[in-house]
Amino acid sequence: MAEFKQADSMYEWFDQRLGIDKFLKVMMTEYWIPKNINFLWAMGVLLTVMFTILVVSGIFLLMYYKPDVNMAFDSVNYTIMQEVGYGWLFRHIHAVGASVVFLVIYIHMFTGIYYGSYKKGREMIWISGMLLFVLFSAEGFSGYMLPWGQMSYWAAYVITEIFGGIPLIGGDLVVWIRGNFYVSDSTLTRFFMLHVLLVPLAIIGAIVLHFYALRFPHVNNEAGEFFDFDKESEKYLAGDKKNSKVVPFWPVFLSKDFFVLGFFLLFFFYLVFFHYDFAMDPVNFDKADGLKTPAHIYPEWYFLWSYEVLRGFFFEIAGISGKSLGLIAFAFAQGVFFVLPWLDRSPMVKPANQRPYFKYWFWFLIADLIVLTIFGKLPPTGANAWVGFASSITFLMLFITLPFITRAEAKKVGGK
Amino acid sequence: MKEFKILAIIAALVGITYYGIEPYAHHVMHPEVKAADFAFEDLKNVDTSLAGNVDNGKVLVEANCIACHSIEKAGHLQIMSNADAAAAYGVVPPDLSSSGRIYDKNYLANFIFDPVSAMHLSHKYPVGGAKAFPMPAYNWMQPQEIMDVVAYLQSIAPKVAGKDAHKETYAAACGRCHSMSYAKFEATTSKDAIKAYMGATPPDLSQYIKSRKEHYLHGFINDPQLLLAGTSMPRVGLSEKAQEEVIAYMEETGDSKKAERESVGLWVMLYTFVFAILAYLWKRKIWSEVH
Ligand code: HEM
Repeated sequence: MAEFKQADSMYEWFDQRLGIDKFLKVMMTEYWIPKNINFLWAMGVLLTVMFTILVVSGIFLLMYYKPDVNMAFDSVNYTIMQEVGYGWLFRHIHAVGASVVFLVIYIHMFTGIYYGSYKKGREMIWISGMLLFVLFSAEGFSGYMLPWGQMSYWAAYVITEIFGGIPLIGGDLVVWIRGNFYVSDSTLTRFFMLHVLLVPLAIIGAIVLHFYALRFPHVNNEAGEFFDFDKESEKYLAGDKKNSKVVPFWPVFLSKDFFVLGFFLLFFFYLVFFHYDFAMDPVNFDKADGLKTPAHIYPEWYFLWSYEVLRGFFFEIAGISGKSLGLIAFAFAQGVFFVLPWLDRSPMVKPANQRPYFKYWFWFLIADLIVLTIFGKLPPTGANAWVGFASSITFLMLFITLPFITRAEAKKVGGK
Repeated sequence: MKEFKILAIIAALVGITYYGIEPYAHHVMHPEVKAADFAFEDLKNVDTSLAGNVDNGKVLVEANCIACHSIEKAGHLQIMSNADAAAAYGVVPPDLSSSGRIYDKNYLANFIFDPVSAMHLSHKYPVGGAKAFPMPAYNWMQPQEIMDVVAYLQSIAPKVAGKDAHKETYAAACGRCHSMSYAKFEATTSKDAIKAYMGATPPDLSQYIKSRKEHYLHGFINDPQLLLAGTSMPRVGLSEKAQEEVIAYMEETGDSKKAERESVGLWVMLYTFVFAILAYLWKRKIWSEVH
């Protein structure tokens, strides 16, 4: 063991034992981020803050929530919303936050796609990010069940029912997930456990992995430029801050993130206090009733595009039922984003608009996802069903053709 | 500038999506119906321009109404328990004390003339059907007599205002069938009795201000059949003011923190705005060293 000398200050005392100096350098003041970035690179920090807000508000809700089919609804809508001081505030923050976090996730994801930040060494960032997406989806879905309103119940019913379409094991699987033959008290209690314990733990783990994965390939930049981080950071430390291509995480990168965060929170709190229906569906203020199917059942907005891919196939093709086709397409949609780094066969790391073919693919995908999202909410009747079908097919085709499009692009740009 | 362009593109994409899944989807799922009609113009059986005679109205009410209805304000107390009354009539008959205040004049007159058609419940109680509505039609009365009854009821109605009126109107107009558990209010008629009488269980209305929203309630209470064809809920014929009182009561019960939410909201936003400005200034200072 190294020799310890008497510490002259509290700081030194801790530094001797925890290496604070070194730690802060590695994590903050000498963690290098490219300088050439725009506000889209603040989304990761926004997500970290949103996750923290969700955890804190969730802990407050947990003090009064009752995971029991007879008590859940009133514990939320009466006890928390009306009796407990500022209970409504925590619920609004939590419910609206859970919805808005997906908006930021989508912006973050499509920023990654637009700038090609998922390939050439950044594959693990992407995969850990997708893992976070899946975990957040599980968190959103399980949380939506807890107030035990009509939409909680029926969305849970419809979504767990989806697993019934899996060949051979489907029927048993649904019962296993629900813990009963129908959505019931056992379903609520187990989703409660998932929502407050298992999934958040997994999310924390995945965030650590995501941050770790960022460390070696480094964060991408607006031009997709590769440069020598060691050389640039030396320049910065030597005092040539203006010509260095990097900035330290603290205080330079974070100062910009706080600024973006400030205006984002302004928007967020506006939604929390004055415009929350999109996240707290009025239908869910009716208590769950297994005998009364609501006229329209739809999941939360952030699931609509994949829900529409599922619904899009509503008729039999080549002897396979619409339901099975939908399920296959749905499974495809859930998985395909994970392998994006390998579907993109072009070596270019550039903003999409500077890539001759990929740019069309990107904006086409965005347009298709918006159409899917909107039609995922509308009743699937008449022309709506056909729009759903066409946009689902388009979604599949976009991903099936991506390797060919990008290979052609690689040829055109000559491997650059 | 480039960053503003990016922001504008994101705002446009989010805006289009939002429009599609909120206002547009709402419009498709809940098509607009005819505006609420507080004159109840479809009811024309009684000439309501006739001036009523209060004294004659009193005589008529005592001869025709108090056999079934209590009128506590005029000293006619309820003689049966709620349970017995529900068993005898199907639903506890309303006390008429505040009828003259809460019901629209035209509606009230035409209701006395023929309750079932005024309530838009002919599908539940067809003429000659198996089940008859407990209150008979007074279509044998002269329009003048009906207007006398209306004038009398208006003359005895107590003047109440503010929160007391909200609760009283709710109790008189809705509270015979609908409980409001979050306000510890229990319907005077039991659920089972109503189910037998009207064919459906009336829901507890504690959260209806949130699940249905003011706009929908405004139209629905005025004429339930328009928004929910075939429902057992009668058109109750509230005047616009009385209906606003009912909705206010639903809001006080179901969204009791609204005022607090709105004032706290402004403060939080103001605070966040100051934070955002300070963060911007700090960012400018820090980045001026590296640019
Ligand atoms: C939900 C929790 C998430 C958190 C807290 C988070 C956090 C972060 C942070 C702090 C960064 C670095 C700065 C930045 O570019 O924003 C980052 C980068 C990145 N994240 Fe995430 N992220 C999350 C989800 C995701 C998801 C769902 C994806 C996509 C599937 C993803 C993909 C990426 C990629 C590709 C980068 C690298 C960006 C670049 O190099 O320019 N992340 N993330």
